[in-house]
Amino acid sequence: MDKLRRIVSVIILSILSIAVQAQDVTEETSPMRSNGKIYVVVAVVVTILLGLFFYVYNLDRKISKMERK
Amino acid sequence: MIRQSWWKFASFLLLLYTCTYGFFVPVPSPPGVPLKETIRNLFFHVPMWVAMMVCFGVSVIYAIRYLRSQDAAADIYAHEYARTGVVLGVLGLVTGMIWANYQWGAPWSGDAKQNGTAIALLIYFAYFVLRGSLQDEEKQARIGSVYNIFAFFMLFPTIWILPRLTESLHPGGQGSEGNPGLNPKDTTNSMRVVMYPAFIGWTLLSVWITTLRIRVQLLHHKQLNHG
Repeated sequence: MDKLRRIVSVIILSILSIAVQAQDVTEETSPMRSNGKIYVVVAVVVTILLGLFFYVYNLDRKISKMERK
Repeated sequence: MIRQSWWKFASFLLLLYTCTYGFFVPVPSPPGVPLKETIRNLFFHVPMWVAMMVCFGVSVIYAIRYLRSQDAAADIYAHEYARTGVVLGVLGLVTGMIWANYQWGAPWSGDAKQNGTAIALLIYFAYFVLRGSLQDEEKQARIGSVYNIFAFFMLFPTIWILPRLTESLHPGGQGSEGNPGLNPKDTTNSMRVVMYPAFIGWTLLSVWITTLRIRVQLLHHKQLNHG
């Protein structure tokens, strides 16, 4: 388990190190963002994601119950 | 491991982050490059292939384990990971066709990588046909595992090597920059901050779904043997 924690921390820290360098872009405002409708897209996608994860989580619980019997 | 929850929470958080910030992160628009906003597909289309490679990789490892140990559980793992890999491959192909329709003018351009991935997926479909055609479970597992190894190694010439050797609409082909996955010049560090978590998040979600199928199969097997 200790080895796994170390591998995961290395991965997380490498991603964070890239984030630190991310200060170099001239932003181009997308059409959907400038008229505020991008938030609709995000809301739709997040709803789908929440629904998917809720379903998979419930499946997991159901299977765990079956395994414990 | 497959019943622990920390990596499942991680998958949820990573994907929530990808699907929200992925739409807000500024994307570069260098002159002459027609990608613009569609480059955001890097957070959705490309991770399908990354997750597929991981699933097929895990599948072939379990196939080899089965051949060495004859342990039926190893074959269940190999079979289910191959199944999820194929689902991811089909999703990658279809999302790629949607993207291509608007970016390259047609859903199918006979591009080297499109053809290559279609062939690779057909080879994996044949794995399921092969298993289905055999009655005896032990034969299914043994012959299936051997074919699994062949199918895995066929991924490399079809998806990674041949698309680099010819002119290709995908990055990395003859005369263009980058590798067949992405062109580093099309992305920026601020995009990579979303892209790598997206790779990990989508992969973890597909692993979660696969482990659920595996657990059901293991329960099935236990019932058949003791019930």
